[in-house]
Amino acid sequence: MEQILANGVYLGSQYAMIALGLTLIFALMNVLNFAHGQMYVIGGFVTYTFYGHWGVPFILALVMSCVTLAILGALIERYLFAPVIKGSAREESTMLLAAGIAFFLDAVILLVFGEKQRGVPKIVDGVFNWDFRLIMPYDRILICVLAILSIVAFIALMQYTKTGRALRALAQDRTAAQLMGVNVDRYSMIGFALGAMLAGLVGGLLVTITGVNLGMGGATSIKAFMMVMIGGAGVISGAIWGGIILGFMEAIGLALLYQYGDITYLVIFVSLMIFLAVRPQGLMGKPWG
Amino acid sequence: MLGFNLKQLTGVGIFLFMIFIGVPFAIGVTGRWDFYFTLTSVALLAIASAGVWLTFYIGRINIGQGAFALIGAYVSAILVVKVGWSFWISLPAAGLFAAVVAILIGLPILRLRGVYFAMITLVLTQVVTLTALALPITNGARGISNIPLPSGISLFGIPILPDFVAMESTKLAFYYTACIIMLLTYAALYRLVNSRLGHLCRSMQQNEELASSIGVNISYIRIVIFAISSFFGGLGGAMFGSIAQSVYPSSFQVADSVNFMLNCFLGGLGYVFGPMLGTLVLYFGWDLLFEFGKYQMLIYSTILIIIIRFLPNGLLSIRFSKGGDK
Repeated sequence: MEQILANGVYLGSQYAMIALGLTLIFALMNVLNFAHGQMYVIGGFVTYTFYGHWGVPFILALVMSCVTLAILGALIERYLFAPVIKGSAREESTMLLAAGIAFFLDAVILLVFGEKQRGVPKIVDGVFNWDFRLIMPYDRILICVLAILSIVAFIALMQYTKTGRALRALAQDRTAAQLMGVNVDRYSMIGFALGAMLAGLVGGLLVTITGVNLGMGGATSIKAFMMVMIGGAGVISGAIWGGIILGFMEAIGLALLYQYGDITYLVIFVSLMIFLAVRPQGLMGKPWG
Repeated sequence: MLGFNLKQLTGVGIFLFMIFIGVPFAIGVTGRWDFYFTLTSVALLAIASAGVWLTFYIGRINIGQGAFALIGAYVSAILVVKVGWSFWISLPAAGLFAAVVAILIGLPILRLRGVYFAMITLVLTQVVTLTALALPITNGARGISNIPLPSGISLFGIPILPDFVAMESTKLAFYYTACIIMLLTYAALYRLVNSRLGHLCRSMQQNEELASSIGVNISYIRIVIFAISSFFGGLGGAMFGSIAQSVYPSSFQVADSVNFMLNCFLGGLGYVFGPMLGTLVLYFGWDLLFEFGKYQMLIYSTILIIIIRFLPNGLLSIRFSKGGDK
């Protein structure tokens, strides 16, 4: 039981970070970022290149992942999403753009990094063992702590800084924020960069444990969508709850139904659909977001 | 005549001539017989995309068409292989079964809107794929293979449809069949959009509450539209399974659902024939770029991004950009 709970916290903290970036981008621009999983994979590959390949210290490699993704996110917002949102008759057209970008990033990853599974050396050795009731490698614990710290830092940023206030205003009401003197274009770009950066950060963190490969992008996007739905689209606290809930569901489901394999996911998906049928806006979302 | 002007009739005439005589002739001359399979696929995917377009028409983003295509493919395969029905009866049966499933699932989930509906339909695709893996009747990951080719039908001794097994070139036969079904689908779609129901759909697309307040039965209409949409999905999927002669849980995945949606976006959401063009460009374009090897995806996605960057309202919006609202 302790093991299941620990796995749940571990999975949940990572998932929450992925969902945070997605929900931030959605809240700011009403864009469903299909490329989120691919951004996560790129973050993983950047850390792999710097840390695993060139031997740069891990923390520095993580920073490089963040910087790369932030720049990438800013460029994508500035030159692709912003003009398309202005020019299209229906907002949903951005989904085609997002999917196009997902394909594009997949192609770039394939050409630059190849399709092999990549892993990096462990950052810390050893396994935490509490009486065989709870077994957890130290690197997982470290990653989990780092993930939770990043989430706390992100929330602090959103709550207590000027940028965070501007982003929250933007998420609440774009027009009103503009009337209050928020530079909408600039903060949209910052927000998108921040969302992409979070994806890169998780990718960089997780490459030390699961490794990284090309095919992870799509599956990660779907999971991120689910977490966002559980919590409610465009709500920061909702994304964190969604991540934690999905993490625990997976940990518990895999522990109980491990001999049936894919049934776990079927159960999770079906219960999600039932949940959404009862409560369409998720746990804490605004109705009809 | 029937409210069509001369220009429209000529357009339809040229289009019919192109697909029924022009394309086989061109393929015969160039010898690229593989294009038959590609174009048949385009026609079938266009049928499923037409369904997605219809749900867009009531203002819903549908990323679940892959689910209904898979359901259709399995129903048809099971009816033909295990029950022994003729393919031609299993085809509408597959569509109807998909429609019934759509009604049952649609009752709760059609209350959702915007991205919530989009994401739940995405999850639905995943659910159907996983269900196909888990159920005994679908054979799990092994799928159903060796589906016999469609047999002939004769009514009172007069052959209506020829037997595909006896044919020399099933490619051509499948191509014509797919094209005819596609034409019927789009004719039905055009008729629907320009009917009273179509007007009601447009009112829902703009504002559901307002539509409801002036007496439009929105919950009824959205169920009907979703059922029709899924019927097209099941039809396309069933036909696809018959051509490939096999169905696997991976025949239609999330990526396919997303592609169906992209077809609609690319062609243009405001135009009935948008999804057809979108499917042609996306699928055929992908095939043509095959020669670029590992750069195929890069070139394909770059073109896609450029198109949406400069034509955010779809390809068909070029023609109508100078005035005219429809």
